[in-house]
Amino acid sequence: MSSNNPRRFGVGEALGRSLLPVVIAVVVALGIDWFVPASSYAEKILFDIGINIILAVSLNMVNGLTGQFSIGHAGFMAVGVYASIVVTYYGGYALWGDVGKHAGLAGAGIYFASIVIGGIVAAVAGYVVGLPSLRLRGDYLAIVTLGFGEIIRVLLQATEPVLYPSEMKDVGSFARVFHLGGALGFSHGQSYNTLAWTWTAVAVTLLVAYRLRTSTHGRAFLSVRENEIAAEAIGVSTTRYKVSAFVLAAFFAGVAGALFAHTLGAGTASRPEEFNFMKSFDAVIMVVLGGMGSISGATLAATVLTLMTEALRSVQDYRLISYALLLIVVMIVRPKGLFGTREIWELRQWKRR
Amino acid sequence: MRIVRFPVPAVMVIALVAMAGGCPNKSGEGDKKSGGDTKAASSAEFVIGEYGSMTGSEATFGQSTHNGIQMAVDELNAAGGIKGKKVKLVNYDDQGKTSEVGTAVTRLITSDGAQVVLGEVASSLSIAGGQIAQQHGVPMISPSSTNPKVTETGDFIFRVCFIDSFQGFVMAKFATQPVAEKGLGVKKVAILIDQRQAYAQGLAKYFEEALTKLGGQIVAKESYQGGDQDFSAQLTRIKAANPEALYIPGYYTDVANVAKQVRAIGITVPMLGGDGWESVTDIGGAALVDGGGSYYSNHYAPDEPRPEVKAFVDKYVKRYGKTPDSMSALGYDATMLVKAAAEKATTLDKKGLREALAATTDFKGVTGTIAMDAQRNAKKPAVVLKIVKGQDGKLTTITQTSVAPQ
Amino acid sequence: MTAFLQFLLKGVSVGSLYALIALGYTMVYGILSFINFAHSDIFMLGAFFAWRFATAFQMMQPSPLGAAGLLLLAMAGAAVTGFLVERLAYRPLRHAPRINVLITAIGVSLLIENAGQLIFGKSVVQFPTMAGLSDATFALAGVNVRVIEVVAVVAAFALMLGLQWLVYGTKIGRGMRALSVDHQVAGLMGIPVDRVISFTFVIGSALAGAAGLLVGVTYGQIKQPADASWLLYGLKAFVAAVIGGIGNIPGAMVGGLVLGLSEQFVAGYVSTTFRDAIAFGLLIFILLVRPSGLLGRRVVEKV
Repeated sequence: MSSNNPRRFGVGEALGRSLLPVVIAVVVALGIDWFVPASSYAEKILFDIGINIILAVSLNMVNGLTGQFSIGHAGFMAVGVYASIVVTYYGGYALWGDVGKHAGLAGAGIYFASIVIGGIVAAVAGYVVGLPSLRLRGDYLAIVTLGFGEIIRVLLQATEPVLYPSEMKDVGSFARVFHLGGALGFSHGQSYNTLAWTWTAVAVTLLVAYRLRTSTHGRAFLSVRENEIAAEAIGVSTTRYKVSAFVLAAFFAGVAGALFAHTLGAGTASRPEEFNFMKSFDAVIMVVLGGMGSISGATLAATVLTLMTEALRSVQDYRLISYALLLIVVMIVRPKGLFGTREIWELRQWKRR
Repeated sequence: MRIVRFPVPAVMVIALVAMAGGCPNKSGEGDKKSGGDTKAASSAEFVIGEYGSMTGSEATFGQSTHNGIQMAVDELNAAGGIKGKKVKLVNYDDQGKTSEVGTAVTRLITSDGAQVVLGEVASSLSIAGGQIAQQHGVPMISPSSTNPKVTETGDFIFRVCFIDSFQGFVMAKFATQPVAEKGLGVKKVAILIDQRQAYAQGLAKYFEEALTKLGGQIVAKESYQGGDQDFSAQLTRIKAANPEALYIPGYYTDVANVAKQVRAIGITVPMLGGDGWESVTDIGGAALVDGGGSYYSNHYAPDEPRPEVKAFVDKYVKRYGKTPDSMSALGYDATMLVKAAAEKATTLDKKGLREALAATTDFKGVTGTIAMDAQRNAKKPAVVLKIVKGQDGKLTTITQTSVAPQ
Repeated sequence: MTAFLQFLLKGVSVGSLYALIALGYTMVYGILSFINFAHSDIFMLGAFFAWRFATAFQMMQPSPLGAAGLLLLAMAGAAVTGFLVERLAYRPLRHAPRINVLITAIGVSLLIENAGQLIFGKSVVQFPTMAGLSDATFALAGVNVRVIEVVAVVAAFALMLGLQWLVYGTKIGRGMRALSVDHQVAGLMGIPVDRVISFTFVIGSALAGAAGLLVGVTYGQIKQPADASWLLYGLKAFVAAVIGGIGNIPGAMVGGLVLGLSEQFVAGYVSTTFRDAIAFGLLIFILLVRPSGLLGRRVVEKV
């Protein structure tokens, strides 16, 4: 019932449909930013929730919508983290000769560029990983994505220490990109991220995810999920759509990474070790519990699980055990997750009948 | 009404945020760890915040440090607290992840009103915590992070241990010093680095620099991934390079394994390590004493003749039933340093405390006499320990020599 | 030349352990077409069961008979766990979509790891060692060979031979082979499907448990239950199974040796930094070039 009949829109209506939600989202995000005290505990939690929502919703595009099984999402996030930091740190140095944070339009500009570039580089990685592996059976994809995450971590750990401004002149502009801090991590991130940026990105991600789902492209995804062989038989190029889902998901994971990398105290000191299987698993559990294929489900699950991590901080071991049990029970009892493949508003409509 | 559907994602966002915005305060109040108040501490209390890895791969270090800090806090309270105020210790587990560190430290400072923060062991975690502490202008003392970058974050960040550039030098000096002066008298050394640990990478780099300056030479440099079980490929190549000593600046969990394979493959030269070797005697075997033996640099040794050490060790054994390791000793010293600085501070606010900490010149800690240098790193000596077989057949350490700060 | 021999011998040693674990993966996949993600945790449990028993009964320096007893214990404990996992978590999902079973397997894996940490502790533990034997070496053409590794390799091969006999020489083995060809028809032919599946899990888990003990004995210490190295080890074993041809028992053994040797040679002659990456590189290579593995046969999926 959620898919509309495709029809032609007038320019005004098209703009209204696309731009209006984004404008509303930006206004709301700015409002949140102004309202929540800076550097507070609440602010930190809202950062975490926002970034986790983006991760969950993007993973949902692959695992939920397209029915593939990717468990290396953290690897793409890591790519986004480092790509974006290279832009703000080394790029900023190349442009302005210093590595500090820049205020005003210049700062906002380079930050925006870093987010976009972070997403694009992650998308490229998604393509490189996705193209060979998506031609194979689903289970193998899981292993390959897991391996990919590991390889990224190993490569990042082998990099040279971050260059101080005084050392920059000794290394050529392009070679600097390989100085990513090694196992210590990139401890000089600029803290550009604010709640406004984060939640605007969340809104954009949600919008894209929702639009995708109701579009022709999204319907191809769903057909791949429902019955791959039948879809192939009626002319849907399954590999192409699988790869495109992967690339899209990787893009947003990269965006989440870029946001994370510029959040003070969290990503501004991030190290490769953090983007391991457990981080991928955090995203997987959000998607699975919320319902694979449900955007609102993934969003809700991301929010609730982030809050629970905070609330259960003192009983870490039990938290993991209960998550594991929850996962098993949900898979047996309610295999489609909380919302299944439906969205939260569809659920209500369905019940009224 | 199809138009209505499109702002729905935005509405969802608002709803979620409103929901989320309400929650953190609730979970803060419900959390047992922070006790009753979540707002800034009443002026009758002095709040010390601690963040550490109670779970995750570095849990043993976090637990040790916590033991030392807790014991110190209890001692302080029994003696009247800091400037008459009761000391309250609030601690959070950061699971060994930098993202959690940010949340933990933010919470300590903004919700629990910590006036000083203690943490962490792993340098990358201390860097993350330091960024938050610096932003809020709250002094932070790292008990045992040895990477130089930790204190570069800002002038509110301190540490009570030496840094890796010194530690690398210590072992290089020990290696090249003549046997008559309690050294090894060697020139050619091979290094085996843990690629997964920034600590190992940093320490290896400084060791190499120092060794070369002292006239030595690195004949082989190999690496492994922390957690690996098998090192035969690396050790085969190291053996072929014919070193006179082998420097393995990793964590004790891997070192015990490495040592066994080193001796098994037929490398008999002495093995050297850093403070990450602490506790290797608990799990290591004969390989550590066979052949040329093994030595490592550390912050203190439980058998040091200084009175502070004996008092501390006795108290710790009585309370926890085991000999304290360096983490506990450093945690203890960090806490006591807070008291010493608070006593000398002109005002007991964050800035005053910072000034007093920076002006430390003669703090007699369990781990040595500490003076803060201009970069807020502790200037103090290091000890070189030798692993031997004790009278009960178990492995233990004896002090081989000590190296004064530069 | 000594270096070459060293790598060769090490490769065989490491490879036979991979092979033991790979057998569990390959048998389950052959019958159920699903990757048992929790297999690496059963491997881990084998080691810990043996350790716990040894510490409880003061067997930290067992005699050869005691060591054999510990081995059987590790295998039994792992087998029981494998049985329970199959019965409680996988059987209800026998007809569910693949992705659900995979997620359940991940859930089981996490459950075992964290419960293991609660039960067995969070730190590295020393494994029982056979007095004298653990550190003994002998020289072979200039290479120091550890006696304990030879013992481990011999034990692994003995177990694999035992498995071969089981699968090709017994009735239930025939049932396993039948199930791997066609699930449903085998059921129609009167083979007790549930029982054979349970049995497969039990055997695969027992082998993994044995591998766990052998790893502990070889290295003298084992990492904590939730340490990533167990999962990584298991994952590499899975890669070995794929290399040899998933669903194919001799293939798992061949794959294990191939992987073990490749790792050692690449790490030895090229670089150690990327040793873990080699396993995944090989996986991608094999999947692209010869997906059915070295000894596998092509299967056509009918709709």
